[in-house]
Amino acid sequence: MSLWLTLAVNSIALGGLLFLLSSGFSLIFGLMRIPNLLHGSFFMLGAYLGVTLLARGYNFWLAALGSTAMMAVIGGLIERFLLRRLAGDPLPQVLLTLGGAFIIGDVCLMLWTGDPWQPGTPDHLRGVVAVAGLYFPIYRLVIVAAALVVAVALWLLVDWTRLGAKIRAGVDDQAIARVVGIKVSQLFTLVFALGAALAGFGGVMGAPYLSVYPGLDFEMLPLALIVVILGGTGSLLGALVGSFLIGFLYNFGQAMLPDLAYVILFLPMLVILVLRPQGLFGKVVS
Amino acid sequence: MSRLGPRTGAWLLAMLLLATLPAWIGNSYYVNIASQILIWAVLALALNLLVGYAGLTSLGHAGLFAIGGYAAAMLLGAGYGHLVAAVLALLVTLMASAVFAVLALRATGIGFLMITLAMGQILWGIAYRWASLTNGDNGITVASRPAPFGLSLSQAPAFYYATLIVFLLALASMAVFVRSPFGASLTGTRDQARRMTALGYNVWLIRFLTILCSGFWSGVAGLLFLYYNQFISPQVVALTTSAEALLMVISGGSGTLLGPIFGAAIVVVMKNVVSAYIERWNLVLGVIFILIISFMPEGLVPGSVRLWRSGWHALRGKSAPVSAAGSEASR
Repeated sequence: MSLWLTLAVNSIALGGLLFLLSSGFSLIFGLMRIPNLLHGSFFMLGAYLGVTLLARGYNFWLAALGSTAMMAVIGGLIERFLLRRLAGDPLPQVLLTLGGAFIIGDVCLMLWTGDPWQPGTPDHLRGVVAVAGLYFPIYRLVIVAAALVVAVALWLLVDWTRLGAKIRAGVDDQAIARVVGIKVSQLFTLVFALGAALAGFGGVMGAPYLSVYPGLDFEMLPLALIVVILGGTGSLLGALVGSFLIGFLYNFGQAMLPDLAYVILFLPMLVILVLRPQGLFGKVVS
Repeated sequence: MSRLGPRTGAWLLAMLLLATLPAWIGNSYYVNIASQILIWAVLALALNLLVGYAGLTSLGHAGLFAIGGYAAAMLLGAGYGHLVAAVLALLVTLMASAVFAVLALRATGIGFLMITLAMGQILWGIAYRWASLTNGDNGITVASRPAPFGLSLSQAPAFYYATLIVFLLALASMAVFVRSPFGASLTGTRDQARRMTALGYNVWLIRFLTILCSGFWSGVAGLLFLYYNQFISPQVVALTTSAEALLMVISGGSGTLLGPIFGAAIVVVMKNVVSAYIERWNLVLGVIFILIISFMPEGLVPGSVRLWRSGWHALRGKSAPVSAAGSEASR
């Protein structure tokens, strides 16, 4: 009984991490239509930066904040100086971000070596809470809480603020949006930076749980992809549902069919592609 | 133009050079590099069918490449003969390509790319994690190379010639393929999919068959690769391999028959040279990608011609548009 519960808690925690990863991907790929193959690298780089700050003795939340901020700057610079020149041209964007992903992967290997880094769970987040006789590790709950806070904040931002309205206008019809005075380029840089920052934040939050190691980038990138394909591109709700679905599949698959766990992850994506190619919550593009 | 124009002459010269390569190159290390180039060129040609002629960019071709190699390695391990193993491996690759095609063709453009990427990663996951089937990270070793018609391929020159024959077959079949009416309808679906549908062509079927053909030759390349190394491991299935194949296609110039071959030569030589000095091949690969995208999006071969011409014209004080028109006409 407790095995199933542990699995369920782990699944929810992984789902939270996946949401932090894929919500940014959903903004960049779903909203801005940039096929960002750097997303897994943002996750890994953010995790490495956070781990380094932690190793220097910073408080966990300060480290997470620092790493998130650095990833926002890095993401913004990449969008502004590299991707901007290729606006609206997906194939070169793919190649550029793929090249960038190889570079970041190799530079991380150079700087942080091939050994995995796993920071301890921060002191004040250690331990368990007892609810109705069941014990939940605090850190896992904190990951889920962080994911939910981000989900609500993003939903408010995109659907209910002036900034979100401008972003949606810029995505829907760039030329008209520019004519009415919306600075679309700046907005896109901002959204890309936000997506990179979210991936980096996910990386830091995941570090005590997944550890950070070379190759994490290309392990996380397909996960972000399947979450977004499952949920439907551009749908935050879809990303949320998809993340938790994949979180459950991964943990239960790992426990029951360890050899096939990685393959099982992709099965729902295949089913969705065959039955509903626009994804669970995606809109049909005419 | 006379019947034996410069084009035919160049072809004959290239054939002569390729056919006598082990004789004038001497060292078996370099003969092996030539074999590697030909193997990768077969994969690049196969991928080019999709990228260049169908307008569908796949980032999962390492998966199809590896299926051919892995299937043959497993069948050989199970005690089958070389011929049976090779034929069955190609059949398995064809079936996998059919599944690949059905799923990936649910989308076009960037969606196609993302789905192929995800499927490539699934195959990587199988190769790496399903240890009871694929022997995981340790890979599979093959005891010997085949000896067709009693000719042993264990030496570098013999293997080179076998690879050369397969390569020429691949090249010839691609040349026939893209020049055939089917090839013309394929480029039609690339440029004007909707119009082709209106004209009564089955766009989906054309793309499906092209993916099968591309998958078949990827599997052949995978077989050659397996026999070349007598070993296959999950590293082959990694995204890096798909990316390298794509780099070969676009660096040489996609949508041309010869471009991917030059691309394969460039990437293989560069990889061997770079690896001799530093361990940072991925870094170099990434930098090349970004440089090509930024400065020569049309491919290294046409791009260098353009840059060289515009530089030359700049030196002579002519305006840039003239050179641009010149390079356009020279294609």
